[in-house]
Parts: sequence; C-alpha cells; structure tokens
Amino acid sequence: MLLALVISGFVLAPVAPMLQRALPHRAGYIVALLPLAIAVMLGLMSAGVVNAGIVTDTEGGFSIVSTAPWVAGLGVDLAFRLDGLGLLMAMLVSGIGALIFVYAAGYLHGHKHLGRLYAFLLMFMASMLGVVLADNLILLFVFWELTSVSSYLLIGFDHSQEKSRKSALQALLVTGLGGLGILAAAIMLGDVAGTFTISELVLHRDTIRGHALFPAIVVLMLFGACTKSAQFPFHFWLPNAMAAPTPVSAYLHSSTMVKAGVYLIARLSPVLGGAAIWNDALTWIGATTMVVGAWMAFRQRIMKPLLAYSTVSALGTLVMALGVGTTKAVEAAMVFLLAHAFYKGTLFMAAGAIDHETGEKDVSKLSGLRGSMPILFIATAAAALSMAGLPPFVGFVAKELMLKGLIPDATRGTGSAALTTMLVLSSALGVVVAVRFGIRPFLGDLKPTPTEPHEPPRSMLLGPVMLASLGLLAVVLPGFVALPLVGPAASAVLHATAKPDMALWHGVNAALLLSVVVIVAGAALFAIQSGVLRVIEPIASRLDRLGPARVYDGTLWAVLTFSRAQTRALQSGSLRQYIFFTIGTAVIAIGGALAVNQGFSSVPGLSDVRNYEIGLFALLLVGAGYVGVAKNRLAAIAGLGLVGYGIALAFVLFGAPDLALTQLCIETLMVVLMVLVFYMLPDFRSISNNSQRFRDLFAALSLGAVMFFLVLIAGQSTPDLAVTTFYGERSVPDAYGRNVVNVILVDFRALDTLGEITVLVVAAVGVYALLKSTPKRAKHIAGLKEGSE
Amino acid sequence: MNLQLLLAILVGGLFAAGIYLILRRSIVKLIIGLALISHGANLLIFASGRVVRASAPLVAEGQTSLRPPHADPLPQALILTAIVISFGVLAFMMVLVSRAYRALGTDDTDELRETDS
Amino acid sequence: MNSTILQTATRYLLPMLLVISVVVLFQGHNLPGGGFIAGLIGASGLALHGMAFGPKSTREALRINPATVMGVGLAAALGSGLFAVFMGLPLLTGIWFNLEVPGLKTIKVGTPVIFDIGVYLVVLGVVMAIVLSLLEE
Repeated sequence: MLLALVISGFVLAPVAPMLQRALPHRAGYIVALLPLAIAVMLGLMSAGVVNAGIVTDTEGGFSIVSTAPWVAGLGVDLAFRLDGLGLLMAMLVSGIGALIFVYAAGYLHGHKHLGRLYAFLLMFMASMLGVVLADNLILLFVFWELTSVSSYLLIGFDHSQEKSRKSALQALLVTGLGGLGILAAAIMLGDVAGTFTISELVLHRDTIRGHALFPAIVVLMLFGACTKSAQFPFHFWLPNAMAAPTPVSAYLHSSTMVKAGVYLIARLSPVLGGAAIWNDALTWIGATTMVVGAWMAFRQRIMKPLLAYSTVSALGTLVMALGVGTTKAVEAAMVFLLAHAFYKGTLFMAAGAIDHETGEKDVSKLSGLRGSMPILFIATAAAALSMAGLPPFVGFVAKELMLKGLIPDATRGTGSAALTTMLVLSSALGVVVAVRFGIRPFLGDLKPTPTEPHEPPRSMLLGPVMLASLGLLAVVLPGFVALPLVGPAASAVLHATAKPDMALWHGVNAALLLSVVVIVAGAALFAIQSGVLRVIEPIASRLDRLGPARVYDGTLWAVLTFSRAQTRALQSGSLRQYIFFTIGTAVIAIGGALAVNQGFSSVPGLSDVRNYEIGLFALLLVGAGYVGVAKNRLAAIAGLGLVGYGIALAFVLFGAPDLALTQLCIETLMVVLMVLVFYMLPDFRSISNNSQRFRDLFAALSLGAVMFFLVLIAGQSTPDLAVTTFYGERSVPDAYGRNVVNVILVDFRALDTLGEITVLVVAAVGVYALLKSTPKRAKHIAGLKEGSE
Repeated sequence: MNLQLLLAILVGGLFAAGIYLILRRSIVKLIIGLALISHGANLLIFASGRVVRASAPLVAEGQTSLRPPHADPLPQALILTAIVISFGVLAFMMVLVSRAYRALGTDDTDELRETDS
Repeated sequence: MNSTILQTATRYLLPMLLVISVVVLFQGHNLPGGGFIAGLIGASGLALHGMAFGPKSTREALRINPATVMGVGLAAALGSGLFAVFMGLPLLTGIWFNLEVPGLKTIKVGTPVIFDIGVYLVVLGVVMAIVLSLLEE
C-alpha cells in the first residue's frame, strides 16, 4: 500500500504532459488530485480507518510497515514504514503538493512547458515521499538522489537562461556530493549493524555507538544532511536555486526538499543521537546557520533571495534544536517544522503572486498594495506575523517552545546561554524580514509598478489562503490540525511518548519575556534598518567574496581544469601513446603482482620435451620474429600464415583437434582476406628511426617477458578441475554428445555462444556498412588539411 | 610440466612481436601485429589449462564419462570461439583501415590523429 | 583472377567441401567438428568459388543473400533456446526427443542440434558476407 502511494507519482509523471495538452485549463487541478488523495490516504491509514498493512505499536508511537523484496542478496528491500515522523513529512509533501499544482496552473498559465513542469513536480513529490517513508537506508539513498535529480530538472526548468542551468548544476553537485556521503555512511552503518532496515538500527544502537567507524558514520551522515538542508557552509546553493519558477521554490525550497536533511537527522537521532560528536556538531552547525541565514536575509531586498535566506535560518534553527535533543527541544523542532512549512509556503507563493501581478521583485519598491490585492494581503500578513512569532499564530507557539527548550537552567550546559542569545538575535532579524516582506509592501501609498497591480487569480490565492489559515487553525484547534501530526512525530524522534504543549498562554515566564524582547528589538531594528544597512553593506559585500560560494567556484574551476588537462594528456589522439599506456599498465600491474605474490619454486628444464616439439616451437618463434621485421606485405602475410598453421599443428599435438581444424580454416581465410585488403593499401615503408625502434622493442620485450612469466606461473599452479570434471561426466548422460568441446559450446554454455555469434554478425554488418558507404567526406577532409597547412 | 617453458617462450615471443608491430607507424603492420597478439592470447588461454600430450576430450564409445588422460575441454571451448571472433574483428579492422586510408590518404598512424578531436 | 586451373579445381572442390562441411556439422556432437568448423569449411569452399569465378557469379549461384543466412542462423540459435522458455525452463536449456526412424536405430534429436545449425549458418553467412563484399571492391 505504501509502495503504491510512493510509486503513483512516478506513474502519473509521464502522463502529465499529455494531460496538459488535452486539457490545458484543467490539467493542474486534475494532477493536484493525486497528492490530495495521497494525503487523505495517509491520514486514514494512520488513523487506523484503512487497514493498511502490519501495524505495530512501538515505543515511538504507531507505525505501519510494508515490505516487498527488491535486491534481497544485498539486504535491500522495498521497505516502507509510516510512523509519526514519516506522517508529518509525508503530509507536508502531499498536502502542500496539491496546493502547488493548483498554484502552478495559475502562475505558469499558458506556458508551453507547463505539462513538463507537472511531470517534474510529480517525480519530485514521489521521490520525496520515498525519502520520508523508506525504511531501508539504501532505498532512502536512492530516493534521496532522485530528489536531487528532479530538483535539478526543476531549478533548471527555464533552461534557456544560463543562470538557471548554473544554479541547477550547483544544487545538483552540492546535494549530490552530500548524497554520496550518505551512501558511504549507510553502507558503513549497515555493515556495523548488520541490517539496512532503519527501524531495526535502534536495536543495535550500542554496537554502532561503540564501533570504530562511528565517528566516520556521523561525519558523513551529517555532511549529507547539511548539504541537502543548506546548512552553513553549504547554504549558498539555496539562494541560487531561486532561479527556479516560484511554484518550485515554494514547494522544494520552503517545506520539502530542504527539510530532507532535517528529516534524516531526526530519523537517525534515536540511533546516532546521545553521542557528544553528533549533538554538539548539530547544535553548533545549526546555530551558526541560523544566525548567518538571518543576517543574510536581513540584507536582502529582492523577495525570493530574502525568503531563501530566511529559510536557511529556519533550517538552522531546526538542526540546532535536534542537536540539543532534549524532549522539549525536539517537540519544539517538530512544531517549528510545521509552523515554518505553513508560513514559508504562504510567503513564497505570495512572492510569486506579487511578482506575477506587479512585475516587481524588489520589496523596497512596493508599497500600498493592500487596496488592489486585499485577500493576498490578509494571507501574507498572517503568515508574516506567524514568522515574526506573534500570537495567535503557530509561529508564536513554535518560538515559545523553542525558547523554553534553550533557556539556561540547572540541567543545561554553559552553551545554552549562548544558544538562547543567538536565537533571540536571529529571531529579531526575522521580525524585520517578516515585516519588510509580508506587511510593509501592502501599507502606505501606492507606488507605480511595471504592471498595474490587481488581485491574483483564484488558483494562486488558494495556496496562500489555505496555508495561512492553517497557521492560525493549528493554534485555535490544536487537537484537529497540529497535535495529531507533531505529537507522533516527536515521539518517533525521541522514541518515547511526547505531547507538545500548544497552548498560547502559560502565564508570565522567561520565554514570554524573551518573546517580547524579540518583538521590541525587531521593531526597533525595523525602524533603523536603512541606516544600519547603509553602514554595514560596503563591509559586508566585501566579506561575501570570501564566502563558501567562492570555494565552490574555485573547486569547480580546479576540477574542470584538471580534467581538461588530464584528457589532453591521456586522450591525445595518438594511437601509439594509447598503446604505450596500455602496455605500461599491463606490465606494471601484472608484472608487479607476479613479482610480489609468486616466487619461482623451480625453473622447469627441457629434459622431458621431445625433439619435434622443440622444432615446431622454434619454427613458430622464428616465424613470429620474421613477421616482426618483414620488409614487405607479402612476406609478412606468409610469415603470419606459417605461424597460424604451426599453431594448428601444435593443437593437434596437444589433444585439440577441434581447435586445429578451426585454426586451419581461419588461417586460410585470413590469408585470403589479407591479400585482398592489403592489395588496396600501400606497401610497408620505413618511417621510424632507430631510437624509436629501440624504444618500441623495449616496450614489446617488456610485455613479452611479463607474458612469459605469466604462462610459467600458470603452469605451476594446480588447475581447479571441478568444472572440467563436471562437463566430462555430464556430457554424455545430459547432452547426448561425446565431443565435450562441442557440447560445452552448444549446450552447457550455449548462451555465451549465442553472444559470440551475435558479435560475428555485428562485425559482418560493420564490414558491410563500411564498404557500402562511400566516403563522401574524403575530399572535404583533404581540403581542410591543405587549408590548415 | 616442462612443455610449459616452451609455451611460455612462444607466448612471450608472439606478444613481443605483435606489440612491436602495432607500435609501427604503418597501419598495415598494426593489423598484422593484432593477428600475432590474438595468436598469443589464444595460446595463453591454452597454456593456463593443463597442456598434455593426450587424446582429444572425446568420450569413448561405450563409456559415459571422460577418462583420463585427456586434454582439458574447457580452454578449448573458450579458444574455439576466440579464434572465430578474432577473425571477425580482424576482418572489420582491415576494412576499417582500408577505408581510413582511402578517406584520409595516409597509412601513417601519426597523421591519422587529426580526426580524433 | 581468371585462372582456368583454379576454376577447374573449384568445380570439383566446392561440392566436396560443402559435403564435408555438412558431415562435420552433424558429426560434431560426437567427433571433432561442429557448427563453427563446418561453417568455416563451407565458407572456404564458397570463397574459393568467389575467387575463381568472381563474386557476382557466386552470389548468383548462392541465390540467397549472405545477410539472410546470418539472420536465419541467429534466429535459429535463439529460437532453439526459446523452446525451453515455453516449457518453463531457463533459456537455452537443451531439450531432447527420441526420433524413431523405421528400420534404423533411435536417433536423439534435441534443441542443441538446432542451435549448432544456427551457429553453422551464422558463421557461413558472416564469412561469405565479408569475403564477397571485399571481392567486390
């Protein structure tokens, strides 16, 4: 059942463009039904209304399991598991997904590639559902990479813009590199724990914790999570990813893909959490990201980068809370995750709507829009107030819980005072950003904009209005909207029953006082923001050039330069150079292995060899040498024929009549062919000088010597005759053939033979094609050569 | 296994002569070199089984299984197809080379590199 | 090449080689031989014909295009393997039948025989295609 839910998006994706062509005005709404249905199904399944598979009650609340075999040999199953954490994420993915499809229908109305966008979005949604529902580390990795790939397609949707392509590649490289870290960590984790099943890992918690690889697992896992969730210093790709169409940003970059890293951290907290390296690293990475993101957002005036940086800050807050890892902090993280999805989704969609209806992206140039777009104003303002942490919105509750989870008390370490200060600071900056984007443009006098502002169409209002209302309803009716999601989610992370307190009023306490401080400081900062920015901007913009984006650019440049130089060195186009590389590698690799692993126990003498054998071999050797130094074509062909017939004779002597017959026929045909072809080619010329000949002779003799020793050593080892014996015994009873060689070819290993005769046919077709195609370009190339010389 | 020494010398010699030839600049020598190397490779496989002066791997009339001493049928089956395939590949190579010569007007591999990049 | 000696010799050699090739093909399961060798012997005979009388007359004498021979051979080899698939066995599993020939002893006929004939035709077709196209150059 869970598998079907995950796969359905992939199934619908290829159909979406056709649907768009057939029903250009309704396709978005129809496609939106799928995520809606998924959300409803998930809700019914978790409520137990639909019998959805094996339901188990664990310490961390309910969970629904569904497993299908996949790569059983590697312990990789299509294992899916729906628990509290998975439900919260999957609900966000599918629920917001449904709104996004409707929104995209309005935002890109009439765009010729809208169907393609639906397809990419569906692929992404399915991948994301896979990430949050997978119960197998390798399966999770596969879906994780699929989200990277589909986000690459989505960010680069406007592929005629160079910036889009560059940003898409940047996001892919950064998150893809992180994905490799996750794969490495997953393999180590599976190796240490003996299972790839995520829900079973917790049973091996102590084994994992005590293992020598544990630090490596933590570092790689965090690397993956931090790249995906845009944690400092990997945060730079997220603002650049704003090159994506706004529906994509509203979906991927506010509440789904960027939270995959947060999800992974939360998912593995029961397994890896509790160790100092895990918790401290997360706490401080998160706190740094929170402050850096807030600070960068504070400096932005363009709507989408402003929101992107504020998302970076929010992701940092989440990572920090998960790093702190106490019951209160984790509860706060889950509530904050939900609150952020509601308000940031609203704000992104509002940004797109404002840009769409006014043609203006700079918030400082927007003013007085409340009259022309009142509904959007109300929705945006509600979301902005939630972001600023004002009651009665869910953002206020989240911030209160977050503060309560951090404020220093007897049980917390010295760091908590610093963390609290950082949270207050970034929240105050967040207030400025929220007001600057969500409220200020709607107030005051109307400023002229590139296009006449008016209310966006209903399709584009549905999303912001729904999400903004949910931000209010989550507090007004917590038992209806929020608690069924955040409670089980926090329980799953903590592996213990958790029930976040979502009440607005707890009397006057430290958290409330700090909230007031945040609001007052934010308001004051808002009042003096232009002055502050004027002072700091010259310094800050200079610092930007030293940021991690520079490291990315530099690394990319270095890698490209290196690979270009390497390609030029290795792929020079000179055949001889390629052969030298091959010979060198063979001599070093084979010769080295022979020298290291094998000593010669005895050098075999010649005593037992018969005279006619020595004669034949001597003849063959002389023939080979003669071919090597032959002065003209016919002499070489004659020598080659001598060698071939001689080898056929050797096959006769050593019990291989089939080979002898084959060799005889082939040799005859080969001589005929060579005469035919070489007739068309010029005779041998003496081109090389003596030093080149000496160099080539050295290379040839080196490889000859390696082959000599290889054969000697092969003769010293005792061959394993199990296969030979098997064929020898089964040939007559099973295959009714007395010629074992032929039976192997046509019966035991017939599939190999089938492949080989196919190769022959391909070669013949190649010959035919080459001979029948007249080289039209010959003159052209000759002309070019004359021109260039 | 003293035959092995003879075989080893022969395989080494065939490879050396073949490599020397494919390193020549004349493209015709390239093909002849490849033919020598494929002989060497076939004998290498042959020598990595048991090389004995024995009868062919045929089950005698009236018996149901192979009785020693007999030659090893396994490398023989491998070599048999290898011989035929190397013929196919060499035929293709020859035609390719003659076409390249006709198109580019040179049999010097150092001058053929211009089409590569 | 217009050699009377070669042409006369070919007149006798070609039928002989073709007969030998068929014999070698069918004895291959029990004695040295088989599809590869038989195909090469047959192709040598036809190549001889091509050199003696020219590729055009060889093509006329053959009547069938070598490419068709290749295709039929490959199809026969693959088809012999599909027998087993229809019987629920892995691809290319040998399946044997007893063929009662009146007056003679029982002959075993199996899919590997068809496979070997396929190999024979492929080798014959491939070599002929290569040799004839080169002769036509």
